[in-house]
Amino acid sequence: MQALVIVGHGSHLNPGSSDPAFSHADTIRASGAFDEVREAFWKEEPSFREVLRTLESEEVFVVPLFISEGYFTEQVIPRELRLSDWDPEDWDSDGTDADHVTVQAGDVDKTVHYCGPVGTHDSMSDVIVERAKSITDDPDVGEGFGLAVVGHGTERNENSAKAIHYHADRIRESGRFEEVKAVFMDEDPEVDDVTEFFEAEDVVVVPLFVADGFHTQEDIPEDMGLTDDYRTGYDVPTEVDGHRIWYSGAVGTEPLVADVILERADDAGADLADAIERVRRRTESEGAASAGD
Amino acid sequence: MSASAPLEDVADALAEHADDGIDFDGLVVEPADGGYRWETPDEQVTVGEDGLRERADDPYATNWYYWERVVAGHDTPRRAFLRWLEGADDLGVPERYDELRGGHTRSWGELAVTAVLSEGGRRRYEVRHEDDLGEDVDAYTDPLEARHLVKHDDEGRYRPLSTAPSLPHGWAFVDLDGGEAVQTVEYVYPATVSNWHREREGDLDVDHWDEVAERQTGIYGIVEQLDGDALEWAAEACCVDSQCLKRREWDESDDEELDVPRGDGEFPCREPCSLFVAAARKFTTLEREESREYTFELTPAEKEQLEDIVDAVADGRTDEIREADVNEGANRYRARFLRAKRMDDRGLSGTPTYPEDHE
Repeated sequence: MQALVIVGHGSHLNPGSSDPAFSHADTIRASGAFDEVREAFWKEEPSFREVLRTLESEEVFVVPLFISEGYFTEQVIPRELRLSDWDPEDWDSDGTDADHVTVQAGDVDKTVHYCGPVGTHDSMSDVIVERAKSITDDPDVGEGFGLAVVGHGTERNENSAKAIHYHADRIRESGRFEEVKAVFMDEDPEVDDVTEFFEAEDVVVVPLFVADGFHTQEDIPEDMGLTDDYRTGYDVPTEVDGHRIWYSGAVGTEPLVADVILERADDAGADLADAIERVRRRTESEGAASAGD
Repeated sequence: MSASAPLEDVADALAEHADDGIDFDGLVVEPADGGYRWETPDEQVTVGEDGLRERADDPYATNWYYWERVVAGHDTPRRAFLRWLEGADDLGVPERYDELRGGHTRSWGELAVTAVLSEGGRRRYEVRHEDDLGEDVDAYTDPLEARHLVKHDDEGRYRPLSTAPSLPHGWAFVDLDGGEAVQTVEYVYPATVSNWHREREGDLDVDHWDEVAERQTGIYGIVEQLDGDALEWAAEACCVDSQCLKRREWDESDDEELDVPRGDGEFPCREPCSLFVAAARKFTTLEREESREYTFELTPAEKEQLEDIVDAVADGRTDEIREADVNEGANRYRARFLRAKRMDDRGLSGTPTYPEDHE
């Protein structure tokens, strides 16, 4: 038997924080690729500490639903899961290319494949593009459009900025959009000035965050001038300084993220048959359908 | 699940396994004298394969089939929990079947979990709030729904601690198989079945406060500084039965027990949870302040009223105090009167919190 564990941050205060983990888990459950699929959280239950013992499978794939490599993926999660043989060096990553490591957990007799976070997987670039398609309701979006990928910034974790640049660079190289920029909440170039960085009149703004919350629903819309008060909401697109801003909200809620989670497990050797293809078909059509709502 | 009739499945399984021998919950079947010896506490006979098949509807046979062929999972928490649910370790098969026919219910935290005998010895399960037994509530059959149903209490407040005694009412999971029943329970009270099972097996891995605090990093690194008295107060604040239904098994350390009652819960708490650690961080910063002497003027009734207010908040009773019940110290009008009389921009009784800032 093989199990998938999606590990997320969760929250003691915000009930919506765990929603993306739940919904991606449901998509993967429905694919039938794993005998068991379980969500675990730093701030909710089951905790990282106790999730492995809830599984009957001998083989467990752990995929962090986190954006960047760093404190959580390298210290907190391995420590709490009791992956004592794990060493961050084993990922051999410079901040964006963690892959997977196979280790034993200290409290259960199981083989654990500890994977890199969803946020730094190559296919996350596809999710950002998918997010742009769904928010503009245009499957061909790109021509005449700029794309801003928003990150928290370096003050919290230097790899956070690396992940944002990594995907911005990849999408820029694909040539799909007129311009692609990485912008940040607490360092230059700042999301507040997003319109200054683009020639294109239409700019899609995609925050590389796991869940919607304080930053994506309150700070960023107000910082960009979409609204003076997040409680009154804003239009998509909203006209700001002669640009139309298509603000998408957290990329982590995009259904296609389920595909990235599966890709992580696949890279680590999970037996998935054609689940990736099926989930991709389903989540791409889901994204397109929800964009029309 | 097989599409054939349940009793045919039992008959086929009996015929298939009789040669290897069966010894389960009072039923013994083994090859003997060219046929099979069939032994239960009520009966001992030798039968041929046809005779074996005819006994497929015997409670001992269907019970064996259910546990060994349907539930299986030896040594798993799932199996242990389902066995516990119907008292399999204490009751013989006929007694258990008598109980199960009408539905046998046990409580798990605030949950009532009911096992009911179904066709061919199969069991079906129901999970609901124990207060909702016998009530007409919304029925669910997909355990995954539980994640969302129990996320908020009856007043719509977010429940960050799954084992807080604030489980919402008004729903029931019905027509579940064993795996689904355990899954539902585990979505309401995550990891409780696994830890309960470990405790029963004598290998619950308790992590005491000193180990948990030592492990913390980042903003939680400071919780190591919480002293023994404050840890007692923190456990009294957060871990007693009125706040959490887990039974606290951790202490200050392996050789220093906390005096706070552990609670009477069915399932254990094996280490301070994330909510406790986050609260401990706040308590640690608060405990860094030294006490000061303040001089206030209060009437005796006003002093008692402040105590009433602290009690009402600490016991979560503020919602219960009626608007016009001015005899309650924590009544809103009483509190507003006290504030109007005794508080100004310098705070209580005109006494500044930091007098040095006002000199």
